[in-house]
Amino acid sequence: MEFLKKYKKQLEVVAAVLLLFVVIVIVDTLGNSVPRVIVSVLKKSCIYALIAVSLNLLNGFTGLFSLGQAGFMLIGAYTYAILTIPAGIREGVYYMYDGGALHFSVPLIVGLILAGVVPAIFAYLIGLPVLKLKSDYLAIATLGFAEIVRALIQWQGFAPVTNGSISLLKYPYFKKIWPFALVAGICILLIVLLLKSTYGRAFKAIRDDEISAEAMGINLAKHKQMSFVISSFFAGIGGALLAMYQTSLTATAFTSAMTYEILLIVVIGGIGSITGSVLGSFLFIACSEWWLRNLDSGKFLGISLPTVFRSGFRLVVFSVVIMVIVLFFRKGIMGERELDVDRIWNFFTKKIPAFVKSRFGKKTEGEKAE
Amino acid sequence: MKNVLHIQDLTMQFGGVVAVNNLTMDVNEGEIVALIGPNGAGKTTAFNAITGLYEPTNGEISFEGKVFLRNTPRGKMKKQYLGAEKDTYASAPVLRKTPDRITKLGMARTFQNIRLFKSMTVFENVLTAMHMRKTSNLFTATFMLNAKEEKAQRAKTEELLKLLDLYDVKDELATSLPYGKQRHLEIARALATEPTLLLLDEPAAGMNPQETAELTAFIRRIRDDFHLTVLLIEHHMNLVMDISDRIYVINFGKEIAKGTPAEIQNNEAVIEAYLGGDRVE
Amino acid sequence: MAYLLAGISAGGQYALIAIGYTMVYGILRLINFAHADVFMVAGLLMVYLTTSVPYYIAIPLVILITVLVAFTIEKCAYSPLREAPRMSVMISAIGVSYLLQNVALYVTGGQPQVYPQMEFFSRTVTIFGATTKMVTVITPLLVAVLVVALVFLINKTKIGMAMRASSVDFNTARLMGIRINSVISFTFIIGAVLAAIGSMLYFNNYPSVIPTSGSMPGLKAFVSAVVGGIGSIPGAVVGAFIIGICENLLKMLGLTPFSDAFTFALLIVILCVKPSGIFGEKKIDKV
Repeated sequence: MEFLKKYKKQLEVVAAVLLLFVVIVIVDTLGNSVPRVIVSVLKKSCIYALIAVSLNLLNGFTGLFSLGQAGFMLIGAYTYAILTIPAGIREGVYYMYDGGALHFSVPLIVGLILAGVVPAIFAYLIGLPVLKLKSDYLAIATLGFAEIVRALIQWQGFAPVTNGSISLLKYPYFKKIWPFALVAGICILLIVLLLKSTYGRAFKAIRDDEISAEAMGINLAKHKQMSFVISSFFAGIGGALLAMYQTSLTATAFTSAMTYEILLIVVIGGIGSITGSVLGSFLFIACSEWWLRNLDSGKFLGISLPTVFRSGFRLVVFSVVIMVIVLFFRKGIMGERELDVDRIWNFFTKKIPAFVKSRFGKKTEGEKAE
Repeated sequence: MKNVLHIQDLTMQFGGVVAVNNLTMDVNEGEIVALIGPNGAGKTTAFNAITGLYEPTNGEISFEGKVFLRNTPRGKMKKQYLGAEKDTYASAPVLRKTPDRITKLGMARTFQNIRLFKSMTVFENVLTAMHMRKTSNLFTATFMLNAKEEKAQRAKTEELLKLLDLYDVKDELATSLPYGKQRHLEIARALATEPTLLLLDEPAAGMNPQETAELTAFIRRIRDDFHLTVLLIEHHMNLVMDISDRIYVINFGKEIAKGTPAEIQNNEAVIEAYLGGDRVE
Repeated sequence: MAYLLAGISAGGQYALIAIGYTMVYGILRLINFAHADVFMVAGLLMVYLTTSVPYYIAIPLVILITVLVAFTIEKCAYSPLREAPRMSVMISAIGVSYLLQNVALYVTGGQPQVYPQMEFFSRTVTIFGATTKMVTVITPLLVAVLVVALVFLINKTKIGMAMRASSVDFNTARLMGIRINSVISFTFIIGAVLAAIGSMLYFNNYPSVIPTSGSMPGLKAFVSAVVGGIGSIPGAVVGAFIIGICENLLKMLGLTPFSDAFTFALLIVILCVKPSGIFGEKKIDKV
């Protein structure tokens, strides 16, 4: 009992994570009886959750406003795809370039790790000059970096390696949902552990007040660099997972718009909240690809208006929803807090009844009397 | 008496404005030294130069006998320079240290306009300041292989908070504390970096006479408990006269007097600076 | 020579957009990510309006509606966040950009919209031995006229003085009785007018407009503003010409794929060497 009490929080987290994982495994075993859209929403949410958390580490916990995430994802995705395409079928993928420059391939797991390492190295190099810049300048410089990466990958000169503007295909990928969830889960766990450590505190100190953090002996350059490199490492792995999800890969998809989407997820979930980012990515993906899908198909909630509910309307409604969140719920769903069992319990047992009471107070006199 | 901080010919010039002009100071072990002067005299600028926030234009500063900052007018400043001792340091190598390295030497500071870590509790504020003295690295910290050190840090933080009467509020948000307590917390946080020299930037700013009196006792107490040397900037004459072993007075960036509180109180130049002319405080 | 002319012309078009970025940044310290999409909206408006009305009505109408769009964005998405942290406002700007693109996607149905070719602009002319389109010649002249007018407005008129005061110190300007909200609105209006004119010149060189058409010229204009020193109008113009010309010279050297990458490489180099840009002022943080 003593043990249970002491580690209540930790046990709750473990239980919640296991529960989620069990749900995913069940969905997996059900196989084809589950609608495809649910499968793809779950896969994509896992991937975006990882990337959003990696961006949150930088924006929310270290206070570095970076917009380069798409660039690091792109490097990660390409590293993975290039290195893991089986040697035997390279000929077919690189048909324009005589089978490409590489004639070997690495196992999936090695490719996945390298997909983190390579962006991290790039982040280290670009971080040396760029991290000295202040807030918005850092944002623009990293945005510029992402654009450069995208332009260079498509350049003909690198084509024997990157396949130029032709897409990369036939690299190994996960077919089920659970491996996505497992990889993303492990990565997020590592980030959480980091944030709980003394380094996490140093990052937060930098976010709160650079000058006093430095006066307390925290080496700004070193810690910013650390946060930037780690964030890029996980963004790279996220990029590799995204490549697996898409099963074919072109650089054109990784635009700054992708970074903006991830940033919006972080904002919706709450800047500085890990559970917020995870929840935010599920809501974001589910909303844009599942719940609002019917807005595009002429009929929504039983209302049939083909002239309004046509292709693209979903995204309009969706972006209006996002604007409302950005303007009126500036702290996002979670603010800087984390979701835990007590909070959910409170939400259902106290907050909702309180809300109902305040709105419909007169109708529920009986309840008040109790 | 061992010398802790030695400032030699320190000059700070911004464009054409000389904020600190050829300041020379000494702080010895166990002393409480005050740097005073009217508004805009250059006290905080001098402080920021000592702690590495600004790069001095000219002069050198040493800590426990070792020079850690040295500069000479370079580049554009070479032509513009208005201070004294222009060529004294031209041949010696330029030394520059970032604030965190200076803190690591054993000097910790507080800020005039309190700069606590806003999102953190009192406990976390102090705990964070111990980051610098850690021996763990990124790997061991992430995988919690440094549990022993982490535990020791937490124990030390609690001890420090108990000693400074902040233990009752340890889980409150730092910014929710009353003003006087926030000042104490800033000092506690500085102490967590294990300094030998404590630099206080107007610790009594915004305090009423009673709080100021408490602060006087508080500073004395921590000096004795932690074997500190203290350099402070202050406006409150009562506090300064009460607490200081020696006082330096500057005006328009230049030293106009130095000595014991009694000597300063009767110094013509000081009275002139504070009361005379149009610079009435 | 033809490349140089094209470069000057592109530079002029970037300049018109860059001024909008730089003026807003000067006053609000906000990177107005939505500006590029306002530019795209102006392009689409031109496409739709010219199908029903002649040019001489369509052009002023495009400018007017673009101004209204920019004004509404400012009022709805930025002004409620006046006291909020800068990052929130920037995120709001990103949100607006996302919204405008999606609306455009919805309205156009994802089909590229063919931009009307104005006969006068597309006429070929020969100058300095190089054959080029009329628009290439007109652009720099028009930009020069507009910039001179703008500089006059800012230096000689009362609203110009209010703008300068607000960009030096937002809060003090407010305390001095400057109606800050009208100054900000006015800034957005000028930016929108210039973006609308810029879009007419820019899209003339391209066959069609798509919802993301704004982002590349927008990003480049933004880079120009940074290179020139963000907050400075002459800086933005100079920066825009530098980028426009360099880009086209790279194309001449057969390095077309690098022309975009070059712009951003220049950005990073400038930011690292002189973060305040060519004409920007250095600020010292006070502790």
